[in-house]
Amino acid sequence: MPVTITIPAPLRQFAGGQSQIVVEAKTAGEALDLLTSTHAALRRHLFNDQNVLRNFVNVYLNDEDIRHASGPATPVKDGDTIMIVPSIAGGAVIESEVGQTLPELSNEEILRYSRHLIMPEVGMQGQRRLKAASVLMIGTGGLGAPVGMYLAAAGVGRIGIVDFDVVEESNLQRQIIHGTKDLGRRKIESARDRLRDINPHIEIETHETRLTSHNAMRLFRNYDIIVDGTDNFPTRYLVNDACVLSGKPNVYGSIFRFEGQASVFWAEKGACYRCLYPEPPPPGLVPSCAEGGVLGVLPGIVGAIQANETIKIILGAEDLLINRLLLFDAWPMKFREFKLRKDPKCPVCGEQATIKELIDYEEFCGVAAHQAPQPDAKLEEITATELNARRLRGEKIQIIDVREPHEFEIARIPGTKLIPLGHVVGRMNEIDPEIDTIVHCKGGVRSAKAIQALKRAGYSGRLINLKGGITAWSEDVDPRVAKY
Amino acid sequence: MISISEQLLENVREHGIRDYPYECCGLLLGRYEADAKVVRETYPISNAREESAKRNRFLIQPEELMRGERYARSNELEVVGFYHSHPDSPARPSQYDLEHAWPTYSYIIVATSEGHSGDLYSWEQEPDRSKFNPEEIRIIRG
Repeated sequence: MPVTITIPAPLRQFAGGQSQIVVEAKTAGEALDLLTSTHAALRRHLFNDQNVLRNFVNVYLNDEDIRHASGPATPVKDGDTIMIVPSIAGGAVIESEVGQTLPELSNEEILRYSRHLIMPEVGMQGQRRLKAASVLMIGTGGLGAPVGMYLAAAGVGRIGIVDFDVVEESNLQRQIIHGTKDLGRRKIESARDRLRDINPHIEIETHETRLTSHNAMRLFRNYDIIVDGTDNFPTRYLVNDACVLSGKPNVYGSIFRFEGQASVFWAEKGACYRCLYPEPPPPGLVPSCAEGGVLGVLPGIVGAIQANETIKIILGAEDLLINRLLLFDAWPMKFREFKLRKDPKCPVCGEQATIKELIDYEEFCGVAAHQAPQPDAKLEEITATELNARRLRGEKIQIIDVREPHEFEIARIPGTKLIPLGHVVGRMNEIDPEIDTIVHCKGGVRSAKAIQALKRAGYSGRLINLKGGITAWSEDVDPRVAKY
Repeated sequence: MISISEQLLENVREHGIRDYPYECCGLLLGRYEADAKVVRETYPISNAREESAKRNRFLIQPEELMRGERYARSNELEVVGFYHSHPDSPARPSQYDLEHAWPTYSYIIVATSEGHSGDLYSWEQEPDRSKFNPEEIRIIRG
């Protein structure tokens, strides 16, 4: 059957300058094959390397898209016309991909990522983008564990990990990147081995260091995206500011007890962490997970959300968690979402930003001042070893434990009296001011607060803080007392 | 090379600013002449895209393009290229743009931000599809 194919203007140069070409064919596919066999240069503009019609190229048979008929097998009749019409793509760019040719996938990789490849939102192109991408994870703890494992499994080509800790028993309840066999190992080594096991096709780079104002810019420079898995305010502000200053997206997550937060802070496109929280909370107000606890599965959920958003950024997806703060509460099992807005007065990403380089974040968060001995407080302290010596000498002393009852159930120093911090002033009359009183908690912070509160309330006796709390007691005096 | 008047370039910029923070897009209508494409008219495409179109990042559907082509033909013009905006991003084509383009057409990209337009460049695909080359814009009298 003779059919007429209309050649779009830009492709005429590949068809000998002709605007219409007549071929004899039975189907639309056959007509295109004939056309491109006579004009070979035309083929690559219509078909991809897999010989499939490029997804932006549309073929119309007498005004009907052949995709809505039988595709290339759509039969043609004498006198039919075929038109080739492009769809026009747009879409802003991830800066790093400009001018970069994407790496190819091996057959092994194609098999491994097949569940990704068959989805058009990922496809070969997206998987190659993942391979070309680099992500720096700050921390390999509760959040870093699922982030690293899912990014590795997804085929993110280069993953950097920053950590300086060693694996401890109390980590294993949630930090599933580490195992029992890794106890005592450096976390970056344990994490690296686990990620390599998950995916040998990717590169893992380890940075055994604490992230500081001195090294952050240098470390961030070599990665496309930063994932914040930190557990403290100074590092969180440091990660934010360094991301703003280096123009990188900061995939944020945080967890406490049963509640988690996640967002994408990307100053070029929306709010940063400082737009949300201009000032850190006063030191000690927000307890850490070590003090307040955390449900082990919670960082799994929040970290998986961070991994999800990271992958979406790489794939160029829309509807990222930009200008959105996702709040999750595992106990009632509820997600909520807050709209965020870029603060035009933000000191780091606003129009008249005052922070042009990284600052001292310990000082900014008041941590240094908080930890230094306060001259007016005159906090008297004792070590666990000294306390034990005084007890062994049979001195008349009393020990007050200001932790919560459920902590008292986990572990206790023998011969102590439990008065939780919140009750210590109300039950002041239960403490004998005539004899020396040692106050302790888990690590020494709450007991120091209890002493201050008692003094303010007018307690007249001698109060001594146990340095390092029951944890120090367990380490230095009696290992039978469980650490938690 | 692409020849276009100040006024038509201004139309492109204004469209970009108007549609910020979304991308704008449109057709460049004109004629293929011996040494250049000469743009005579800009043809804005509605930004009321369907959700699916947003997700797969096609700005101009073939039906819209065919409508534009019919309009062009009735005015003795042809589609010589396209324009679109990159809100808060550089006026450079992405890898994605490269794989979804044809040679010969001009692809004008304008960077936009709130209330402003920034760089504006025209790009042309290398005939072997390997890359985009910056294309000279010659300003002509409208």
